Amino acid sequence: MADTSHGTGGLTFHKSKRVWPNEMNIFVALILIILIFEALGQLLPYMKGQSMLFDFNTRRDDTILNMARIKIIILQVSIIGIIALGVTQVIITGGIDLSSGSVVGAAAMIAMSFAQTELVNGNPNPKAIFGNWAMDLPIIVPLLIGLGCGLIAGAVNGLLIAYTRIPPFIATLGMMVSLRGVAKWWSRGNPISFPTEEYADISNGNIVDSLTFGLFSDSWTMTQLFDGQNPAIYFLLLAVLFHFVMKYTVYGKHTYAIGSNEDAARMSGINVSGQKVLVYAIAGTLAGFAAILLTSRNVTAQAGMGFVYELDAIAMAVIGGVSLTGGRGSIIGTVLGALIFGVIISGFTYLKLDAFYQEMVKGAIIVAAVVLDQWRQQRSAAKA
Amino acid sequence: MNDIVLKTQDLTKHYGGVHALEGADFELRAGEHVAIMGDNGAGKSTFVRQITGVEQRTRGKVWLYGKEVHFAGPLDAREAGIETVFQTLALADDLDVPDNLFLGREITKWNWLGPFRRLDYKAMREATMAGLEKTAVKIPNIRNSIRNMSGGQRQCVAIARTATFHSKLTIMDEPTAALGVQETAQVENIIRTLKEDGEPLILISHNMRQVMDLVDRIIVFRRGRIVANLKKEETDGQDVVAYITGAKTGAEFEGAA
Ligand SMILES: Nc1ncnc2c1ncn2[C@@H]1O[C@H](COP(=O)(O)OP(=O)(O)OP(=O)(O)O)[C@@H](O)[C@H]1O
Ligand SMILES: [Mg+2]
Repeated sequence: MADTSHGTGGLTFHKSKRVWPNEMNIFVALILIILIFEALGQLLPYMKGQSMLFDFNTRRDDTILNMARIKIIILQVSIIGIIALGVTQVIITGGIDLSSGSVVGAAAMIAMSFAQTELVNGNPNPKAIFGNWAMDLPIIVPLLIGLGCGLIAGAVNGLLIAYTRIPPFIATLGMMVSLRGVAKWWSRGNPISFPTEEYADISNGNIVDSLTFGLFSDSWTMTQLFDGQNPAIYFLLLAVLFHFVMKYTVYGKHTYAIGSNEDAARMSGINVSGQKVLVYAIAGTLAGFAAILLTSRNVTAQAGMGFVYELDAIAMAVIGGVSLTGGRGSIIGTVLGALIFGVIISGFTYLKLDAFYQEMVKGAIIVAAVVLDQWRQQRSAAKA
Repeated sequence: MNDIVLKTQDLTKHYGGVHALEGADFELRAGEHVAIMGDNGAGKSTFVRQITGVEQRTRGKVWLYGKEVHFAGPLDAREAGIETVFQTLALADDLDVPDNLFLGREITKWNWLGPFRRLDYKAMREATMAGLEKTAVKIPNIRNSIRNMSGGQRQCVAIARTATFHSKLTIMDEPTAALGVQETAQVENIIRTLKEDGEPLILISHNMRQVMDLVDRIIVFRRGRIVANLKKEETDGQDVVAYITGAKTGAEFEGAA
């Protein structure tokens, strides 16, 4: 075999080197976008040299960061970001989930109706949905019901896609329309309000404080960083969890394999149908959790909740480098995509632009991200 | 006889009116390397697809190690010990080399976690390096995704996959069709390694030199039928070509073509 020891192209062989991650490019993009907004703050005359993320002439001598705005940006993207974590997995299989916004709507209504408190200021709950038996239930009940709604909706999506072979686009579109109907039907269109205090605390409490047994309650960090930031904490924890799941488990590997080459995955013995059901079920469950956080935060549930969240979540994933053709992308990318999304939306408010422009630009960003993805793919196809 | 690895009898496949494979009787013995030759469209790949369960046969029987088998799909065949490099490669483009080698049979830890059990990347990388070392396949960086590799390198990965896992029978459908000189030599070395290890092989190839170099026996397909069964020592290139083109038909196959 000595005659083949030169090999292809005169390179060194049998190497196992780390590869430069695509996430670095997205991180650079995030920094660039922040710099653009900072520059506009300096250049636009009516901004009078304000900064978006910094606070140089602060009277408190604690930090030069504009913590208030940073917290708002992160909080704003957290709930939809949690949905995006699931949507990322779905898109990596080569699918799409258009139902997440409606899952939020339906799960919000159903979970909230089991989270109500009997007495509001001494009077019976004016928005009561059920009788007294459903009042002041332990917090675990609405929690499991909300997650369960998402799980069932996601599993049905997965079963339809895996076993009837209808395109994911159609299956989840049907789910999107039906579940919005469920959300409206549940209380005949009435909002559901007045949850128990524990339920309101899911989003509005301070989980970090609770988890550290109140030992650091008085510290600056605890109040400045974590008060009212529970959705952001959950987003971060779930992102870390799913980062490991996607990168270091069989589940993650098979998800990538299916989106990469479904036939190859099947020939390699992967249970493609079962895996798809699992992926969609997880995505649905995450949307259910988002519904709980949203209703807890707003202490009310409305049938219109979660409207077009699915598109925002898809946009976050695509901006974060998740390829709509499947097989490529990562949780870290999606988290960065969510932050880019948040910075842009928040940047518009900071530049005092009308909400109309925000929506127009949001649409443009989604299209731009997809164009960028296709361009990236053509480039890598040309290289191969 | 128990040294017969694979046996087919009257194996037939019709695609509607197209008789792609007609009454193939075939035997492969332990440790034997057999080549299948024939013109384009002669039915070689069709023959492989019937054995490996990719398609369901129209008629006929297949035995593996003396046991009659009916594979419902390619996975069944692989579990029974048949490793196949199909003419259309079955690789996941976005995954790297170890991922592809171990796809569907990952080395894992924490198995109590079910589908969320942990991948043992280190063990898989080491096994991959060892497998590539053994088969002398050269890949610049095994952590590159398959998408960024040349056609030849991809082919080598697909072949290294079959060679890394000891199998009862290896089938390669035109493994060197798209390869340069160096890569072809690598693949041929892998085949020699299999021969040394006593692992039986069916090789489909249009390359006469390669076939004459590597195998013990040559089967010629023509218009869906087996028209010759030639021991390598008793034939030469010209003879084989005569069978492929139809100028000649084996004595025992008279009336077939
Ligand atoms: N799915 C199919 N439907 C209809 N006809 C088919 C199908 N697959 C193969 N055929 C036909 O069967 C015949 C045999 O094809 P096969 O792929 O087995 O040829 P081959 O010997 O492998 O050729 P090559 O050397 O080009 O790979 C051809 O005439 C082909 O057109
Ligand atoms: Mg063929």
